[in-house]
Amino acid sequence: MSALRISWLYLKLGVLNELQYRVNFFVSLLQMAIALVTGLVVLALVYSHTQELNGWTQPELLCVLGVQIMMGGLIRTSIQPNMTRLIEEVRDGKLDFTLTKPADSQVLVSVREVRIWQVVDVVTGAVVLGVGLSRIATGVSVADGFAFFLALALGAVMIYCFWLLLATAAFRVVNMWHMVELFDGIFMTGRWPIGIYPPWLRFGVTFLVPIAFAVTVPAEALTSRLDWQTLALAVVFAVALFAAARWFWQRGLRSYSGASA
Amino acid sequence: MSVQSLAAPFRRESGFRSMVAFYLAAMRMAIQEQFQYRTANYFYMLGMVAEPVIYLVVWTTIADQHGGSVDGLSAGYFAAYYIVWTLVRNMNIVFGAPYWEYRIREGELNRDLLRPVFPLHYDIAYFAGWKVVVIVLWIPLAFALSLLFDPALSPNIEQVVAFAIAIWGAYLIRTMLQESLGMLCFWTTRGAAVFDLFMAVELLLSGRLVPLTLMPGWVQEISRFLPFQWAFYFPIQSLVGDLSGTELLRGLGAQLLWILIGLAIFRVAWRSAIKRYSAVGG
Repeated sequence: MSALRISWLYLKLGVLNELQYRVNFFVSLLQMAIALVTGLVVLALVYSHTQELNGWTQPELLCVLGVQIMMGGLIRTSIQPNMTRLIEEVRDGKLDFTLTKPADSQVLVSVREVRIWQVVDVVTGAVVLGVGLSRIATGVSVADGFAFFLALALGAVMIYCFWLLLATAAFRVVNMWHMVELFDGIFMTGRWPIGIYPPWLRFGVTFLVPIAFAVTVPAEALTSRLDWQTLALAVVFAVALFAAARWFWQRGLRSYSGASA
Repeated sequence: MSVQSLAAPFRRESGFRSMVAFYLAAMRMAIQEQFQYRTANYFYMLGMVAEPVIYLVVWTTIADQHGGSVDGLSAGYFAAYYIVWTLVRNMNIVFGAPYWEYRIREGELNRDLLRPVFPLHYDIAYFAGWKVVVIVLWIPLAFALSLLFDPALSPNIEQVVAFAIAIWGAYLIRTMLQESLGMLCFWTTRGAAVFDLFMAVELLLSGRLVPLTLMPGWVQEISRFLPFQWAFYFPIQSLVGDLSGTELLRGLGAQLLWILIGLAIFRVAWRSAIKRYSAVGG
């Protein structure tokens, strides 16, 4: 309960802080517009050469794009800024200030930063998803909708755990910046149906970096491709990953000895 | 009068020589520095490999669905295209426009201006040295990708020579474009959206996204008159495609033309930019 209260407090603080920089909103908007148009052009180009890609039609892939943009927005709003700050503070020794606070350290390091203007991406993703859905002939059932939101939430949890694992490694490995670059590159795989990738890559973007769970599985739910086994696997994997991340975080903390704050 | 006219060519000669010495020294420094960070450099390259691998898989899938080729381009061609892509993309990484903002804000430009050598020379030399490291690190990566994706690549000796020159042409074209764009930072601190727009246009018109022949005809027509494809599509195509000797020479000529145009734009932009500059800190 107190974890939720702390998160809420930091969210309010973060929003107030960001609201001071209003021009950033328009810059975010412009950048999103450019990225969106580029994404749509790429999609149009691909479908000017084929009717379907590995069984996915253009409107269906538009849904995948929408989910990927939404998830990307969520990552950039909250997960990524918090984790990069953590990596930075481990290096600078400023993490000590956080650790001495009387609250769960994992909660604290996970909710301190909010880039509220990046919510533009989440909204844009939702709009793209809506347009995609409206072009699919078969409607979306209530069960599909429910499975979608569950899969999306699980996906967000998994991406968070993945980032926490990565950031916790900063206790041992100093330079984690290139890991961030690596993630941004790999996250783009989520724009395409996971089935097109060769097996080694499919495995990688499912279990090593859980992009398939975060983007493809929710999109599958909306296009009536999802079976309950996959959803059950997502639940199990999310729980396991969360436990692993928590354990790794606590272990990492024990080996952390501060760095002259 | 006569002394001056005698001295002038001599001065220019020694100026040229000291410039060569400067370039070699700056490049050597960059090579030594960047070899120390080979792990970091490698992660950076690996992050970049995701992009062409995605394009490659998408187009290979389409080719497979349509009996092995798209618009006459085979899966093997796509593999070769996107593997060579990785090197050309690396050659396209230069002193980027956004770093001008950093350079001005942190006062580094003050130091650079005090040096006897113009900052542009330093950027070109340093990044050129870095490229040597990048090329060496790229070779095992290209080998691994070739094992995974089975490229169809059989260039003749002319093509190999043209490619070896063209990647440096690409490097210089992109340098000129990015440095010119960086001059915007003298006017605004919010160039990010403009830089993004530039990157998006470049993505579509350079051949970074797809081989340009897959683009609609009118896009190909437009891109012929822009610098982007000469820094990306042409270098790749010089090795992967089947260009004749004349076409290769014409391509290299187009590269030279764009380097000179870019340099002219930079000089004009620099002149009006530096007038606005007043030093902060340093």
